[in-house]
Amino acid sequence: MVTLGPFLKRELRLLARQKADWLNPVLFFIIVLSLFPLGVGPEPNLLRIIAPGVIWIAALLSVLLAAERLFKDDYRNGVVEQLVASRQPLLSFVLAKLLANWLSTGLPLVLLSPLVALLLNVDMPSFIVMLLTLLLGTPLLSLLSVLGAALTVSADKGGILLALLILPLYIPLLIFASAAMEAASMALPYHGQLAVMLAMLLFALALVPVAVISALKINVS
Amino acid sequence: MFKWLHPYAKPETVYHLCGRLMPWLMGAALLLLLLGNIWGLAFTPPDYQQGDSYRIIHLHVPSAIMSMGTYSAMAIAAFIALVWQVKVAQWSVLAIAPIGAVYTAIALITGMAWGKPMWGTWWVWDARLTSELILLFLYLGVIALSGAFSDRQTGAKVASLLAVVGVINLPIIHFSVEWWNTLHQGASITKFAKPSIDPSMLWPLLINILAFKILMLALLCVRLRTAILVNEQHRPWVKALAGD
Repeated sequence: MVTLGPFLKRELRLLARQKADWLNPVLFFIIVLSLFPLGVGPEPNLLRIIAPGVIWIAALLSVLLAAERLFKDDYRNGVVEQLVASRQPLLSFVLAKLLANWLSTGLPLVLLSPLVALLLNVDMPSFIVMLLTLLLGTPLLSLLSVLGAALTVSADKGGILLALLILPLYIPLLIFASAAMEAASMALPYHGQLAVMLAMLLFALALVPVAVISALKINVS
Repeated sequence: MFKWLHPYAKPETVYHLCGRLMPWLMGAALLLLLLGNIWGLAFTPPDYQQGDSYRIIHLHVPSAIMSMGTYSAMAIAAFIALVWQVKVAQWSVLAIAPIGAVYTAIALITGMAWGKPMWGTWWVWDARLTSELILLFLYLGVIALSGAFSDRQTGAKVASLLAVVGVINLPIIHFSVEWWNTLHQGASITKFAKPSIDPSMLWPLLINILAFKILMLALLCVRLRTAILVNEQHRPWVKALAGD
């Protein structure tokens, strides 16, 4: 039986009380984005060309920043251990984590994207594609970061290891997302790339929770 | 079949089996490596277009094939380790990972050395090159993850899980040259079609592929024996072995 409600309520309450957990990655996202015009120069045309890659790299890094603390507290105070020991299906716990993670890191990026588009001089047709890639891509980012966090939850040096593990898994997503935005900026069809992203998302949605559950069990035993 | 396989779940049996196989495998690998490389590098005709620089294929293709083959071996071992909790399978995941990482690195480095005169650049961000690089990162991730836990057993299990997750990359690498129209050419040898490479160049290449495969098994035997000794150091049979 999947009982999502109580778990999700608990996750959201935790997020509401620990605002730094989700505010800091969002701030980080904006700061990384504002560093690029300073680094490569404020030329509007140049910014429009590099915008797809820059936005996605900033999104990857900010999601990674949020990922490290996903299971840490629940592991330290014994919640994960109790859940495994109680023989409750872990699925609802994992799904609640996933949903809360997307709501707190993925959704703010989607909501911020109009601002980002203004900052980086992205025009309207490209912006719509950017919004679509973010909508399709950020849930996949959440799935992969939950997986990485579950794998490294009891590791001694989690932070940098987590980056080493999940950044390679992010690469296909990065390729297709920026390919879609690039195609759109040249007025080429971009539906193929979006379809591949949707396929990756559905595939990961089916398999990642299974891997997360077994990773949590290994880390507890 | 399980009755026949069952004794090999016991570390002691595997240790002795590896010890018996190792000299034969190592000898065969060295012999074939010498044969394939000398034949391929010195006695095949130069390519009509690429001249002598195509000869790096004799190192590049076998190591690229084995970078993926080693990964599948590691993933199968990891799957067995996770599902049936066989300890020897867990240790072999960690024993295989560095071998595969080195094969991947060889494939990337020889590919770069060939790309410089042929494509005019050391590196292009094409689908196959990028996915091979991801494969190297996955190997390094497995190695790093296994070392990150204070409990060695947890590390081995978590690394096995990552190895299974990473299998997703194998078909992407394999079909990257067919799915995307990229700079890297398609396969020259396939099982079903007539190879698009001349037989005089094909034979040393096949010998080298076989040699790299056997070398992988030989190195695995060496590393697995060491892993078994390290993990079983408190068992009586290891103590008896050390006492001799």
